[in-house]
Amino acid sequence: MLALAAPAIVFVALFYAWPVAALVHRAVGTDAVQTVLHDRPLRRILWFTTWQAIVSTALTIAIGLVPAWVLSRYEFRGRRAITALVTVPFVLPTVVVGAAFLALLPASLDQSVTAILAAHVFFNIAVVVRGVGGLWEQLPADLAAAARTLGAGPWRTVREITLPLLAPAIAASASVVFLFTFTSFGVVRILGGPTHPTIEVEIWQRATRFGDVGAAAVISIAQLCVLGTAVLWFARIQGRHRRALGLRPLDARRQIRGLRQRGAVVAVCAAIILTIGTPLVAMVERSTRTLAGGHTLAAWRTVFGREAAATAGRPTAAAALDPLGTLTTSLRFALVATILSVAIGGCAALAIAASGRAGRVLDTGVMLPLGTSAVTIGFGLLVAFSSAPLDWRSAPLMIPLGHALVATPFVVRSVLPTLRAISPQMRDAASTLGASPVRAWREVDLRLMVAPLLTGTGFAAAISLGEFGATTFLTRQGRATLPIAIEQLLNRPGAALHAQGYVLATVLAILTFAVIAMVEVIRNGKLRASHA
Amino acid sequence: MLEARCVSVTFGSRRVLDSVSLSVGDGEIVALLGPSGSGKSTLLRVIAGLLAPDNGEVLLDGAVVTTIPTHRRNVGLVFQDEQLFPHRTVGQNVEFGLRMQKRPAGERSERVAELLELVGLSGFADRRVTDLSGGEAKRVALARTLAPRPRVVLLDEPLTGLDRELHDQLVHDLAGVLRGTNTTALLVTHDRDEARLIADRVVELADLTGTATN
Repeated sequence: MLALAAPAIVFVALFYAWPVAALVHRAVGTDAVQTVLHDRPLRRILWFTTWQAIVSTALTIAIGLVPAWVLSRYEFRGRRAITALVTVPFVLPTVVVGAAFLALLPASLDQSVTAILAAHVFFNIAVVVRGVGGLWEQLPADLAAAARTLGAGPWRTVREITLPLLAPAIAASASVVFLFTFTSFGVVRILGGPTHPTIEVEIWQRATRFGDVGAAAVISIAQLCVLGTAVLWFARIQGRHRRALGLRPLDARRQIRGLRQRGAVVAVCAAIILTIGTPLVAMVERSTRTLAGGHTLAAWRTVFGREAAATAGRPTAAAALDPLGTLTTSLRFALVATILSVAIGGCAALAIAASGRAGRVLDTGVMLPLGTSAVTIGFGLLVAFSSAPLDWRSAPLMIPLGHALVATPFVVRSVLPTLRAISPQMRDAASTLGASPVRAWREVDLRLMVAPLLTGTGFAAAISLGEFGATTFLTRQGRATLPIAIEQLLNRPGAALHAQGYVLATVLAILTFAVIAMVEVIRNGKLRASHA
Repeated sequence: MLEARCVSVTFGSRRVLDSVSLSVGDGEIVALLGPSGSGKSTLLRVIAGLLAPDNGEVLLDGAVVTTIPTHRRNVGLVFQDEQLFPHRTVGQNVEFGLRMQKRPAGERSERVAELLELVGLSGFADRRVTDLSGGEAKRVALARTLAPRPRVVLLDEPLTGLDRELHDQLVHDLAGVLRGTNTTALLVTHDRDEARLIADRVVELADLTGTATN
């Protein structure tokens, strides 16, 4: 088992624990703590970060409950398709979401709080639909009917019965959305501009722009502590909220009956399609728009055609960015990061499933990067590996390593439930049929692991393709990834550059979908094969 | 007095109730018999207002209530699987209907105690409903339905799924409670003996179809 656990232990120790330690060292080694404590602008930034996260969370919950209700309570044609559609924004890279809303909103609204909030709601609605809807579809519809027969009106029933019963799922979704929006970086870098920095953006500014590494490290560590406390606190209230509801897993979905129900379902589905579709369509449209308001494929030709070389004649910063080159860089990094995280995460999952207490420790260790903001991970790697004896900062492997750190928890989470569900008797059965222990393990565990591991692979590839926070610290001239290039192009003046940014954002969105769709298709094939 | 007149319900292409008529007199207990899937529960849902019929009407004391929403009909329904609110205690479950009627707190707690005693669960008010046994849950469901003094009590196979001994005990208790409170009740069941023991009158769903009145 130790052999299986070893790669994960070394990986987490070297690329997570060591960078965090390096950050702590940088933070306490200077008088940066004092400076930060008396930093007024920083307090304002902290306040903005907190309140935009709270408002984003409240909006996401309030808006997300509507599709959660329709999709979990009613059975209708196209329900699965709509559910899949709702999940789309969540798998999209943050810079693509940022780009989509930059494209959608009028110029007066970009770089505004409204834009940030809208993008946050769009991005996180899937969390509510999945989290709350998952519980909602198990609540017997007759509980509400019972309240009605006792004299409770429709709204009273929602307030007295439905919402209290959904409270644990709402709390869980709210904490996830809060963590995501509190640590939001990609969306804010694109939509907030310099006027609305969050803590994450501030860490990045100070570390890379102003060279104030000490202060950045202090903020980073403070934020890590706050996040850690928040995660523990959320886990505790959830534990307290969790009651034995005695819910039988039943499908409480109802057929639609009557004009009013049909009208409500159709209206909500139409709203979902519009909400999800419009920003993405706007993004594609902007990639082809000319200044005069017409449409052209010039930006697409620039990115994919020979014209790139011609226009690159001018020695501008933009020319240093080779759009098509960023695509191949991204694909190369994604390949390496995926191989790394699938290998490390797969082995770790096997080790965790096979051992008791030690397994839980390893599980927590592997999960740590998930509770850490991507910015902190990138910044930590930058600080830890920029001086001897480990001066690997410029090593091309650094970026995929950072990606793998973020992606590995997802691989472990995908595989672990399946491994835990395998009963030892299945292996025993294989043994009585003449399989050696190793053979039995190979035939049972390994076979069953394939499908969830493929899901993990898809996640890992999608995460690496879209990773922005950690990459932004590690990127080097000539080695920019797609998200980095998108952010640079969109934040520079010039309509032509913006159009190219939208082209790359569209390409990245398509790429992400393609990866996930491909993995799903293969996975479904595997599942069918293993059931046949 | 409860009346259903020529009630029809169609789910998709399946006609579940075909012009069913029935009446229950004041203080009368009627048992409605029929095989499972014959639409007995559907009829109860129509009477309670949880389901709009395609045709026909429901009358309470001579007034048509078909378009009045469930929460203003004051028709009690004991569900087959109780549907106790899992996030509330036994007492809070029984109190629910009284709170909806905006009764003062003193009156509510008196009524809750009275009903818990009636169903033999005195002192259970602070228990969690998830900790109750099957028989106890049935009793709480009955107490919760009776508490706001509904005009009619509908019971949807309330004693199904209990073991023999508990079943017989509850049949006896249920008959006692319904009679003792002079409740107008419509009991749906597929158990002929149970129907005879509890009800004043036993009718078969099949006999009610297509008739003007019975």
